[in-house]
Amino acid sequence: MHTEFLMGNEAIALGALAAGVNVVAGYPGTPSTEVLETVARRRSQDVYVEWSINEKAAMEVAAGAAYSGARALVTCKQVGLNVASDPLMSLEYIGVKGGLVVMVADDPGPISSQTEQDTRTFAQFSKLPCFDPSSVAEAYEMVQDAFELSERLGTPVFFRATTRVDHGYESIQVADEEEWLHNDPEGFVRDPSRWVIFPRLSVVNHAKIEARNAQLSDELSDYRRNFVLPETDGAPRKGIATHGINYAYVRENLGEDDHVRVLRVATPHPFPERLAVEFLQDLDEVLCVEELDPVLERALTYVCGKHDLPVRIRGKLTGDIAPSGENTVESVGAAIDAFLGVDRQELPAPAMPTLPVRPPVLCAGCPHRASFYAVKKAMKGRKTIYCGDIGCYTLGNAAPLDMVDTCLCMGAGINIAQGVFHTEPDTSCFAFVGDSTFFASGITGTINAFYNQADMTLVVLDNSTTAMTGHQPHPGTGRTMMGEVVQKVSIEAILRAIGLTVVETVDPLDLELAVQTVRRVADEPGVKAIIFKSPCVVLARPQAHSHVDGERCVGCQRCVRELGCPALVPTDGKVVIDESLCSGCTLCEQVCPFGAIGGGRRIDMELPQAGGRA
Amino acid sequence: MSTNIILCGVGGQGTILASKLIASAAMARDIPVKTAETIGMAQRGGSVFSHVRLGEGIASPLMARGTADLILAFEPAEAVRQLAFLKPGGRVVVSSRPVVPVSSMTGGPAYDLEALMGYLHAQVGERLVVVDSDAAAADLGSAKCLNVVLLGAAARTGALGLSTDDLLAAIHGRLPERLWDLNERALSYA
Repeated sequence: MHTEFLMGNEAIALGALAAGVNVVAGYPGTPSTEVLETVARRRSQDVYVEWSINEKAAMEVAAGAAYSGARALVTCKQVGLNVASDPLMSLEYIGVKGGLVVMVADDPGPISSQTEQDTRTFAQFSKLPCFDPSSVAEAYEMVQDAFELSERLGTPVFFRATTRVDHGYESIQVADEEEWLHNDPEGFVRDPSRWVIFPRLSVVNHAKIEARNAQLSDELSDYRRNFVLPETDGAPRKGIATHGINYAYVRENLGEDDHVRVLRVATPHPFPERLAVEFLQDLDEVLCVEELDPVLERALTYVCGKHDLPVRIRGKLTGDIAPSGENTVESVGAAIDAFLGVDRQELPAPAMPTLPVRPPVLCAGCPHRASFYAVKKAMKGRKTIYCGDIGCYTLGNAAPLDMVDTCLCMGAGINIAQGVFHTEPDTSCFAFVGDSTFFASGITGTINAFYNQADMTLVVLDNSTTAMTGHQPHPGTGRTMMGEVVQKVSIEAILRAIGLTVVETVDPLDLELAVQTVRRVADEPGVKAIIFKSPCVVLARPQAHSHVDGERCVGCQRCVRELGCPALVPTDGKVVIDESLCSGCTLCEQVCPFGAIGGGRRIDMELPQAGGRA
Repeated sequence: MSTNIILCGVGGQGTILASKLIASAAMARDIPVKTAETIGMAQRGGSVFSHVRLGEGIASPLMARGTADLILAFEPAEAVRQLAFLKPGGRVVVSSRPVVPVSSMTGGPAYDLEALMGYLHAQVGERLVVVDSDAAAADLGSAKCLNVVLLGAAARTGALGLSTDDLLAAIHGRLPERLWDLNERALSYA
């Protein structure tokens, strides 16, 4: 063993490696991404790792590996689980041979997600056992427990953590590589009665799963990570039930003399019912301190009814805990004080000056800015809808671009544009999709729109990487997480193979050409595509910076008002360029009506080599 | 004995590396460390913060408002945004250089540097250290080591509970050798 300062996600990865994981597959998404990246960085030679095309593919790769006796790990964020849910729901009925852990990162807040869905609830729905760690150190150990349980019971198992555990850091004790378990997979053993799902098999296995979960609830009541905190003294009348990072917030707030009994639940499903009954004995009231869904609150309410316990269960459903959003040390403290009847001293905050707001913005020199601007300029005065999608380019919604009318989930923009077309055919319908999102879930949507005779323009924003989550490779990049340089999958070739006849690849930083191309392509009938190709500025090294000629700049600020580039700074009635941010993309040079900006140099459309990760 | 530190700034300014250097320096002295970072969409020019907690008996990586011994701010407006975390008697080390967001130029709330600095002076008084980061960048020949300049200033206030030597050792452990000289000068820049 040795000590390392680790991010929660790194600890989960090292825990999986220590548990002898053989195959790891996932799709990037905040706050889950670093798990798979750490596996790739720290793995021993015989561990296979991939960024899959999407979470469904990742789940199926992991299932095949686990059928063959491998220990397998899937990583994704909570909305990624929705994509993986089709294979997973069935996989629970079929079961696994090698341990299969589905690591899902939930995002209370949400800080970087579309939804505040709770994988604990998904565990109840899908009937999978679920682990929920409270700290980085615990995440490291608990993921090993998850593999053991999965393999022993032959079921996939959820390991869900939330942002503050995933992205928290701690100095913790971890095993040396020589201490890692080594799992030698037996290989796939042919047995259609086991591996082929049919209704008859499903009804039999359904009954087995229900029986197993009832038995597992009892077993988990003795699991050392489900516990009731020892009481200091006296006979408390009040209790707190909590989970995950909220356990840390509860501990930060409870004093020695609070005389409160605390239940910490590490396995929300199956719920440790016997332990809960012990916890509830002689209590009058319980406050459930939870984030996302009121899972513990509902479970305890059920337990009280079932066991005829006269305990009032409070939490989100009773308005004692906020129904949405992230909890904090203060919000939990305030809820506990109110629950215990303690007067809270709130110091009046002194009046603050007005603060600037800082929503995330497209980087200086981001090629997406040029793409959005070109379409905006080309379609000015026309009736349009701009369907956006998931990625950095969702930020095209902000002023001054204001070019994202809809955003729902990965790949949805293409068929939303199609749906708008079928309802109002006189609208020019555009769908913007990034390269990684196109591979993940844009291809079937494009076929659907094409075959069903839609009239719309697909704009692929190809920056040759998965930028938002930290530049992961995808099938268009020509490299894999195993470090191989492989044949790229061409987006243009896919679109032509579907049958699109108008597919134009353009450098969006060539503004005039980009605008002309949009005008021409938008007026073609049917489904047609523009691929705006220019590498992510974070990966491409700037060739030169633009600068403003102070003599020629008249201070009209058209560049600032139309582009909103963070490198363009209004100063003393004119505009100066912040060289530390400018990538020399030249877009502002092409927009300036007075030719006052020069010196930039466009980055080439292709990255110089297959690998580009800094 | 525990120390709570908030690092705050704008995505891309290097707050995460600074919090890692503090963590390394503390670990080298066998002090337990817990931190929480902003990672993800906010990194694209948004407000970012790290909570760094050093010492025994800490449960949560996030601290409560009114409990920070030190706020290390890479940007004046971000110092004001996080000031509610400062405990009475706590210190603030702030870079003088504003980063004006696009929103302030396109119709959002204006960036009023004078009001922000005035507020910091009024609230924090003599426990405020303002680092002239433009001068530091000019003198050091690089703006990329602002995080280490601020760390050095913080260490010299004593509120970090770590010395510049502790931080220098952490720099040697975490950064490639070609950056040692620049960062050593940044650390002792005053």
